[in-house]
Amino acid sequence: MLNLSLQSLSSNLEKKTFSSLELSKFYLQRIKHHNPSLNAFITIDEEKSLLMASKADELIAKGKKLPLTGIPIAQKDIFCSQGWTTTCGSKMLENFIAPYDATVIEKFNEVGAVNIGKTNMDEFAMGSSNETSYFGAVKNPWNLDLVPGGSSGGSAAVIAARLAPGATGTDTGGSIRQPASLCGFTGLKPTYGLVSRYGMIAFASSLDQAGPMAISAEDCSLMMNVMTGHDRRDSTSIERDKEDYGSKLNGSIKGLKIGIPKEFFGEGLDSSVQKVIDCAIDEYKKLGAEIIEISLPNNHLAIPVYYVIAPAEASSNLSRYDGVRYGFRTKEYDDLMDMYFKTRQEGFGEEVKRRILIGTYVLSAGYYDAYYLKAQKIRRLISEDFTKVFKKCDVIMGPSAPSVAFKAGEKQEDPLAMYMQDIYTISTNLAGLPAMSIPAGFVNHLPVGLQLIGNYFSEANLLNIAHSFQKNTDWHLQSAKGFE
Amino acid sequence: MTISKKDIEKIAYLARINISQGEAEKLEKKLDGIMSLIDKMQSIDTDNIQPMSHALDISQPLRKDEVTDYDLRKKILPLAPETEESLFIVPQVIE
Repeated sequence: MLNLSLQSLSSNLEKKTFSSLELSKFYLQRIKHHNPSLNAFITIDEEKSLLMASKADELIAKGKKLPLTGIPIAQKDIFCSQGWTTTCGSKMLENFIAPYDATVIEKFNEVGAVNIGKTNMDEFAMGSSNETSYFGAVKNPWNLDLVPGGSSGGSAAVIAARLAPGATGTDTGGSIRQPASLCGFTGLKPTYGLVSRYGMIAFASSLDQAGPMAISAEDCSLMMNVMTGHDRRDSTSIERDKEDYGSKLNGSIKGLKIGIPKEFFGEGLDSSVQKVIDCAIDEYKKLGAEIIEISLPNNHLAIPVYYVIAPAEASSNLSRYDGVRYGFRTKEYDDLMDMYFKTRQEGFGEEVKRRILIGTYVLSAGYYDAYYLKAQKIRRLISEDFTKVFKKCDVIMGPSAPSVAFKAGEKQEDPLAMYMQDIYTISTNLAGLPAMSIPAGFVNHLPVGLQLIGNYFSEANLLNIAHSFQKNTDWHLQSAKGFE
Repeated sequence: MTISKKDIEKIAYLARINISQGEAEKLEKKLDGIMSLIDKMQSIDTDNIQPMSHALDISQPLRKDEVTDYDLRKKILPLAPETEESLFIVPQVIE
């Protein structure tokens, strides 16, 4: 049951082997049992979820079933969901009940999917270990002493512990792929602009992108079919014909050209992780793929560039939290300025304040050219590296993260060590390219993710490349002890 | 580029965030570390490179300036910390 694909859950619902109400109750029971040890959810609302399930059952009874009708999906608490508390992991929004639905939520609602709860996350999606959440750290189901990765750490723990068959995440610098790697499941960050950002609480608007998190690539393709599409309420949403992301699954990958960037295998990569990645690439060779060595010479600049652009955009986006129109307001204050200062001091956590300050600094008078403009120029160089490489290969492969999951608290006091977690993921956000992480093996019983980076709008191909691997391996079907 | 305590005070003011003395000391070290990471950019020659502000270099679409949402008051006002009738209430700004 727990490893059933979305496709088979769907056909069981259609055949009425079980109802959506039964399925949702089953997962809510698991959530009730396991969430206290994992802290994967910020909000669980049984009544709301079960009402959605009943409505889905009505649709199914009427023969109006769509692929995800009646399927429980956990939603990252960054997506505004009407009537649900939407906190973004922050004290600032602790009591914020969203007055409208994000487009992503609206789309899942339209097909009759069941919102099974709002998942924990790093505060305002700033973090790589889910330790910056105001609502407490999330634990990794593979070992409760370890972090699940971040910022979509709650959704990651949900999939790894099989508390829902699908979850949403967002990825600004690796926040879907790094937790997918550390928790051992499949996650996809689409091409920038493919999934609407409307109602998705903004962190760094030129990088933020939502995507699916699930057991397999096939499951992700079904979720992509729901999540994508042009939205005029998001001015960066791309106008493009609707695509079936499952249409290329089961295509042959004979002759596929895989580029291996030498920069992804240098200093900083754990040698046992590298062995797992090498084996996964060998598996692709067996499937008929051709390996080409490539270079992304500016990749080492991705982290410095990101830590200018993301904080700059964040400092601007987060200026809206002023204690006036919604969210937290400090209790005691003398005047308006005092209210702003105290509200923002008390409402934001340490990491968020740090990034707002960095962003304010790089945008401030006298520093704009040296930092922000410089970063945007190097961003182009990083992006052009990919353009050149994609003339030679169809897909790029390497590790998703430099190590397996690490101990809670280990990097909390060292922001630079934490930032290195995203060393292989950030450059694709800067370029706007789609990328996935798929389970590729284990090091000391801890999952390792293989990263697949594709050219713009190549998601259907990427999903097939991942699916081909998953048809021949069972890494993605292994689940953590105690959560089988 | 190093960040001094004075710089921190200045940017904290610009960002409208109160920083306690203790916080400022902790911040100084951490921000310094982050800035030295960022400074790795400075050795790169970026003459004649166009800055990239959008991942796909797409220009901003325009729409007609029309009202599309009406009567949101009932929905929006209850979210505010303090309101009166149809107004958000803030501490007095004009004497």
